[in-house]
Amino acid sequence: MMSSFLFRAMDARAGIFLALMAAVIILVPVGNLLVPETSPFHVPTYAVTLMGKYLTYALLALAVDLVWGYCGILSLGHAAFFALGGYAMGMYLMRQIGTRGVYGDPLLPDFMVFLNWQELPWYWYGFDMFWFAALMVLLVPGLLAFVFGWFAFRSRVTGVYLSIITQALTYALLLAFFRNDMGFGGNNGLTDFKDILGFDIQADTTRAGLFAASGLALVVCFLICRSVTRSKLGKVLVAVRDAESRTRFLGYRVEHYKLFVWTLSAMMAGVAGALYVPQVGIINPGEFAPANSIEVVIWVAVGGRATLVGAVLGAVLVNFAKTWFTAALPDIWLFALGGLFVFVTLFLPKGIVGTLSDGWTALRQRRISSDFGEGSGDPPSQAPQSPGAPANVPPPGPAVSRAGAAHPQPAE
Amino acid sequence: MSCLKSLFVFLCLQISLMVGLAGPANAQSDSETLRPLINELAEGKFAETERQIGALVATGDPIVAPALEALSAGDLYVRKSDGQVFIAEKDGKQFKLTDPLTLEAQGEAGRREVKKIKVNNKLRRVIRSALGSLTLMAPDPKVRIAAAEAVFKAKDPGSIEALDTAIAAEQDANVLEVMQQARAAAVLNSDLEEAEKIAAVEILSEMGNREALSLLIGVRSSSEGAVQGAAAAAVTKIEKSIAAWDAAQNIWYGISLGSVLLLAAIGLAITFGVMGVINMAHGEMVMIGAYTTFVVQDLIRTSMPELFDYSLFIALPLAFLTAGVIGIAIERGVIRWLYGRPLETLLATWGISLILQQAVRSIFGPTNREVGNPDWMSGAFELGQMTITYNRMWIVVFALLVFAGLILVLKKTPFGLYTRAVTQNRRMAANMGIRTPWIDALTFGLGSGIAGIAGVALSQIDNVSPNLGQGYIIDSFMVVVFGGVGNLWGTLVGAMTLGVVNKFLEPYAGAVLGKIFVLVFIILFIQKRPRGLFALKGRAVEA
Repeated sequence: MMSSFLFRAMDARAGIFLALMAAVIILVPVGNLLVPETSPFHVPTYAVTLMGKYLTYALLALAVDLVWGYCGILSLGHAAFFALGGYAMGMYLMRQIGTRGVYGDPLLPDFMVFLNWQELPWYWYGFDMFWFAALMVLLVPGLLAFVFGWFAFRSRVTGVYLSIITQALTYALLLAFFRNDMGFGGNNGLTDFKDILGFDIQADTTRAGLFAASGLALVVCFLICRSVTRSKLGKVLVAVRDAESRTRFLGYRVEHYKLFVWTLSAMMAGVAGALYVPQVGIINPGEFAPANSIEVVIWVAVGGRATLVGAVLGAVLVNFAKTWFTAALPDIWLFALGGLFVFVTLFLPKGIVGTLSDGWTALRQRRISSDFGEGSGDPPSQAPQSPGAPANVPPPGPAVSRAGAAHPQPAE
Repeated sequence: MSCLKSLFVFLCLQISLMVGLAGPANAQSDSETLRPLINELAEGKFAETERQIGALVATGDPIVAPALEALSAGDLYVRKSDGQVFIAEKDGKQFKLTDPLTLEAQGEAGRREVKKIKVNNKLRRVIRSALGSLTLMAPDPKVRIAAAEAVFKAKDPGSIEALDTAIAAEQDANVLEVMQQARAAAVLNSDLEEAEKIAAVEILSEMGNREALSLLIGVRSSSEGAVQGAAAAAVTKIEKSIAAWDAAQNIWYGISLGSVLLLAAIGLAITFGVMGVINMAHGEMVMIGAYTTFVVQDLIRTSMPELFDYSLFIALPLAFLTAGVIGIAIERGVIRWLYGRPLETLLATWGISLILQQAVRSIFGPTNREVGNPDWMSGAFELGQMTITYNRMWIVVFALLVFAGLILVLKKTPFGLYTRAVTQNRRMAANMGIRTPWIDALTFGLGSGIAGIAGVALSQIDNVSPNLGQGYIIDSFMVVVFGGVGNLWGTLVGAMTLGVVNKFLEPYAGAVLGKIFVLVFIILFIQKRPRGLFALKGRAVEA
């Protein structure tokens, strides 16, 4: 069983990725903890935390790629699942503060004392135990996604409509978490964490450990995604993406497939959020902002949809650029990000990884075909389109642009 | 108390004005007979002063009011040399003297030449009620109404008699009504017999506003027997009518919010509904319209301030053009390459929205810009028990006008005909010789231009900042999706419904929770009707 799981997940590209990840997971903590500070190979702690943050973003991008790239569900609300996972972890961390808070209350977090709450709300029970919090990190986003998806997919809300209501979902949660009455710290969120599993959260070793945990989680989720997408289930998902109605007519219960992958993706986003919070040290309602969710989508688009590796690459690249821009040229960042959105959708519809691998395939094909003495092969960037240029395909018949799908239901 | 006092000052000013206008002859004769009475105020102890005040009031002539008011405020002085009484105002070391009856300046006097006429709290009370009844007979109906309202607030049983005389003499129906209400309030506070009180309760229950309600609630708890029963019945009746007015007010607020939503969403209804293009930069078009207004007003302020009241009319076409041209540029530059790929369009236009926001931030700065209200948009008026502000009212009117105009354009012009043709069947339209790319660009420009003029309106009620558009984009999408894509009437109904529902939820759930409920409601609603309230029927849906 396990071996077939692993076998499915592996190929050359995945192998390169896993080797790279293994190197990063080992080398970065070593460079931080063991290499002396004077050495040029020393990795400063802030860099470890920063890279750890990128890894959690990469995990979030992976989750979005799973639903968007393989199942055609463009979620503009994945930040909601990310933030919910983050809040679950944040609640655990808050309970760990104990009497070290400003008010020194053994049970109530500071903000509750400040708001004059007398007792812990029921939904905060159990969060003093790590296993419970870890379970909630998976369950809360998973459950929300399940319920939401159950209703949405069953009533065949698709395409743009689904995107818009996912956006409404995260917007509603944003507003809800801003309220002090909700008992999640309101505007300020949860912060001022002290330790996690008994380790000081500020210590270099803990930071390195969190980094490694993020890396491991990314690897595990990557393997899960690979395994899912390369199985028969994955083939059906792609079929749903490309021609939902046709898949349904063939007898597949489309909504079940969608619901499964949607819930799985939400749980992965929750894990990403849970790993993000201890490294950043704060979780507040701003994480629910619809703009965040849309930004995640562009990471995936930059890296390449339906490539998994591309999602990781895109998340890291864009966030690195963001870090650099906001420090060096803060005014330019939004221009750059906005330009990136336009550029990628217009000129790089397959993203970096997709374009590269298309180019590689085309190159190989040309070599093969030149052996046979005839020249063919699509220009790389046009590969996914049918020969007709996309420029004037009427909106009412969008599926034409997808190879082979001659029928309704906008698949993208 | 202090507000009462200021009211009387106001009254006195009114009276003094009137006296000035009434003509000198009348004032002359009155002042001749009254002057001895006034001068007597300076003599004797408090008890005598009280009697003298009574005598003054008994003349029933409002001309004595300023003197009494001055006495109450401690500004009434007597000149030691001749015993003449003056209203004096301290000016440095000197006192400025004013004749208490004619209100003409009478020169100055030194500190030692005049003496203040003493007054205590009891006298002040006497003066207050006396002034109330005095002004009830004033010639100006406004003054009479104000006086009656003052009595209503004071609920002084002592003024019943004065009111009775005033009511008997009153000709004006409006004033009469207010006086009777005042009398009723005073009666309820007195120890008159039950029948009188029940009649008073009835008068108050006719009044039906919050003041009457609080008064009656007081009566209900303090009285007994038939009066209490009548009061309780009246309270229920008033509470019902107030609830109805509250509902009306809520509906008005809802319509007002709905018209804002309509303005923000109607351009989107064209680009999203008619063309099927998801324009995430739509909010930024609204913002550009608002900034156009700012620029226009800025220019007007510096160059020709007299045009300020027309600034919005100048801004409207400019905002339409600016946003429309930018819209056409976006369509030609980006969106036309993405037709048939709605999700890519969504991402690209989101990118454009980021660029536009940052551009505006770089040009105008990140802070709010001030856009002024022209005169005809500020202020408010009362309708029944609702207060309606002019700017909200004009925005409702404006939203409906824009809506009607848009319907006309789409239904009655060749351009609208082409647009609908392209929407319904693009290939067939192209076969008929319609240049579909042009129509696409122009339709997108129209949608963006409408967003621009929405921005002009919204600049009047919202902060003009680079984030202006962000606040509307999600709401606008909700409206369009709720109302049904491709249907402008659906957008109208959707906007108004969401606005009213939002405002009705607010009192019970609070603004934020109300909004959350609305969002959740829409999410559930889409499950039920994935194509909105008024879905297009027929083949267009399938395609």
